Amino acid sequence: MGIRPLILAGAIAAVALLPAGCGRSDTQGASAAGPSTTSSGAKLSGRIEADGSSTVGPFVTAAAEDFQAQNSGVQVTVGISGTGGGFERFCNGETDISDASRPIKDDEEVPVCQKNGIDYTEFQVANDGIAVVVNNDNDWAKCLTVDQLTKIWGPDSQVGNWNQVDPSFPDEKLTLAGPGTDSGTFDFFTKEINGEEDASRTDYQATEDDNVIVQAVEGDKGGLGYFGLSYFEQNQGNLTDVEVDGGSGCVAPTTATVQDGSYTPLSRPLFVYVKNTSLAKPEVKAFVAYLIDNQAQIAEKALFVPLTDEQAQKSKSDFEAGTS
Amino acid sequence: MSIAAPADLRSTHSRGLWRGRLFVAALLLSLAVGFLALGTLVIDVVVKGIAYVDPVLLTNPPSSDPGIAGARPAILATLYLGVLLIAFTVPIGVGTAIYLEEYANKNRWYNRLLELNIQNLAAVPSIVYGILGLAFLVRGLGLGRVLLAGALILTLLVLPTVIIAAREAIRAVPGSIRDGAYALGATQWQVVWRQVLPAAIPGIATGSILALSRAIGETAPLLLIGALTYVSFNPTVMGPFTALPVQIYNWTRLPNPEFKALAAAAIIVLLAMILLLNAAAIWLRNRYQKRW
Amino acid sequence: MATPAVPLPLAPARKRWGEVVIKGALALCALVSVATTVGIVIALFVPAAEFFGHVSFVDFITGTEWAPLFLQASFGVVPLIVGTLSITFWACLIAMPLGLGAAIYLSEYARPRVRGALKPALELLAGIPTVVFGYFALTFVTPLLRDLGLDVEVFNALSAGLIVGVMIIPTVASLSEDAMAAVPRDLRYGAYALGSSKLQVSTRIVVPAAVSGIVAAFVLGISRAVGETMIVLLAAGQQPNLTFDPRQAVETMSAFIAATGAGDVPTGSLEYKTIFAVGATLFVLTLVVNSVSIRLVRKYREVYE
Repeated sequence: MGIRPLILAGAIAAVALLPAGCGRSDTQGASAAGPSTTSSGAKLSGRIEADGSSTVGPFVTAAAEDFQAQNSGVQVTVGISGTGGGFERFCNGETDISDASRPIKDDEEVPVCQKNGIDYTEFQVANDGIAVVVNNDNDWAKCLTVDQLTKIWGPDSQVGNWNQVDPSFPDEKLTLAGPGTDSGTFDFFTKEINGEEDASRTDYQATEDDNVIVQAVEGDKGGLGYFGLSYFEQNQGNLTDVEVDGGSGCVAPTTATVQDGSYTPLSRPLFVYVKNTSLAKPEVKAFVAYLIDNQAQIAEKALFVPLTDEQAQKSKSDFEAGTS
Repeated sequence: MSIAAPADLRSTHSRGLWRGRLFVAALLLSLAVGFLALGTLVIDVVVKGIAYVDPVLLTNPPSSDPGIAGARPAILATLYLGVLLIAFTVPIGVGTAIYLEEYANKNRWYNRLLELNIQNLAAVPSIVYGILGLAFLVRGLGLGRVLLAGALILTLLVLPTVIIAAREAIRAVPGSIRDGAYALGATQWQVVWRQVLPAAIPGIATGSILALSRAIGETAPLLLIGALTYVSFNPTVMGPFTALPVQIYNWTRLPNPEFKALAAAAIIVLLAMILLLNAAAIWLRNRYQKRW
Repeated sequence: MATPAVPLPLAPARKRWGEVVIKGALALCALVSVATTVGIVIALFVPAAEFFGHVSFVDFITGTEWAPLFLQASFGVVPLIVGTLSITFWACLIAMPLGLGAAIYLSEYARPRVRGALKPALELLAGIPTVVFGYFALTFVTPLLRDLGLDVEVFNALSAGLIVGVMIIPTVASLSEDAMAAVPRDLRYGAYALGSSKLQVSTRIVVPAAVSGIVAAFVLGISRAVGETMIVLLAAGQQPNLTFDPRQAVETMSAFIAATGAGDVPTGSLEYKTIFAVGATLFVLTLVVNSVSIRLVRKYREVYE
């Protein structure tokens, strides 16, 4: 009788070890970028610790994978404690790299780093857009102006119906969903749309999990939500994106429009912050160099928006300055 | 074993007979609903994920490419966590239960407070244990964000479950067993070790099974303690780590739908691991099951 | 046979040091839980005290609007308490009868081989990660409720409450079953000898005899329900509505702590300290409920032999 659970476990193990794998898609091919730019030729070794934003995390992870494939002596670990949590650890000296979906805060976070003697360098590594999405059956809200978005999302907003946003819209209940208050996406959206960080109406479905936002908007004809562009790009069948008019016409959120800045104001930069003492170590220097030199390919692989040539140039010169 | 009412004593009164039958039907319904709900979940997960349960999942490190992504570091880490958990929780939990039931004077205020305390700890949300671990173990004791800290925090999380289950098991041992042993000249510890504990093994086993099952599936406190989302090398007890539930959580959040299927596959692996880790306890329980 | 003139003392002639050491070791084990509580109290109440230096305690306890992380902050915790009560209520409604029913069946009616297979199966299901339960509630139960005609919102307390209940069924059922299995057979025999039916034996003899263990099972189940975060976060939404209406979204104390603790809030800020204030409130509430329940059990527990 007690043997049965063991048999069951064994059966599962046997099934697992069958050369099935029939569900997997073909691999997307070899790693995206060429060899790393180490000039010394000596084998790199050591451990690099990155932590911070859950938005930037996948970018650094994709880079870490490729980097480790070419430098097997290096161990890179990535955490997602959040942009704020990442900075806390970073300014405590616990991590080498801090991933951030917003710049470090001058009033709250910079003083802590200064107090602990942590000098760092900031690098922009990618761009990101925020997509505003509606239900597939929503055929009236093809384009929304920033003013209309402010009207919907402002702190004192009582708008509960689409026809209150614009009289030409039908009489349809407005259901809102979006990231919670601790998300960098929330911070950015509220700052751009409502003029101030954390200023928002409070009666919407707030969640950290983008799947849930998708669910909420999908389930309601009058649903409206917002989240990162890369998420939308991989779920395009389920929802419809809204073009945003930032003052110069309706622009749809795509990689191109985010990169050239025409999708405004909902485009934002993504950063990594590197401790200067870590930057002096060869393996960290090589990794950051890898990030900066290959950001376009990494962005394509991890579905981010790459830097413009100008931004890439700036990151490179920041790197030169920081490592000289 | 269940006691069947002897045939000639069974009630022939029709109302009693029907009430009895209705009662059994209601009980079976409860069992059925419970299993149905839980079973639907498992079937749903299995259907979504079984195609992805393959050697790649078990042997490869994680990757952004779903074609080659695996969960080896996470699986190993969860295995280590499970073993450490059993090693810590069972002795401490059973020890506490023995102390409370056999040695402590129940009329003393501090022992009553202890009882209340343990029961209260069971209701503390797991995230608070995460905060506790971060403040005292990772930073306070200076352990750092290592596997051992994760194991210790999970131990504290499920300790109340083991203690409460063990206490009930020890309480249920009839007093006559103890009295008989004392009458033969045994010391208190001999009574506990040789009579009470063996009789209480089934209940203790249940407690540890439930505790382990729960702890292995926990995500939030581990995230706070510093479980990583990307680790490509095998874990060590005093090194950085991730865990299978954390890996699952991370995969479900990624936009690519293939990762959701991978997450389902990882859940299947998780359930298999729980079964494996609990197998010993289940076997022990069946072997030592006694009916007074 | 010669009878002793003086009764022999029953205390051992020599003190057994082994026994003393063992007692000490066991007490040390018990101290682990004490240390845990002390740690939790320090970790929660110290920052909570700092929090109450900025926000009035009365406002906190009686305020009906909870919006601590928005620019125009409001710190009334009542919606969170109501949310917790609402979800726990629905969870108990599901878990108590179903769990106890399953336990009675397994203990009194099922054949030993059936019990040997079903009990571990049930316990295995206790290991399903709560994330899975959460998604299940969101993507399966809510549409199901809508199909049944209940006009629930996408995020609602009922789905979350029901699934939390399902999640704790294994705990309640397994521990209750253990308690009932431990009831001495003589009690059942005696009842049968007096002509009782199986129904009467189960409900009037076994269950009352096992009440201590059953209540322990219930308490453990409720405690887990109260402390549950993932299912609530995914299925009940994160809207701190002050309502007992199960069709609307609510937020519980535990869910709030989890969402904020793992988020982007700078540690050390007032917003972050709300976690500790809410955590301390939760701790105190469960303390009150638990002391009441312990008293009740002590009063009604039956001891045999």
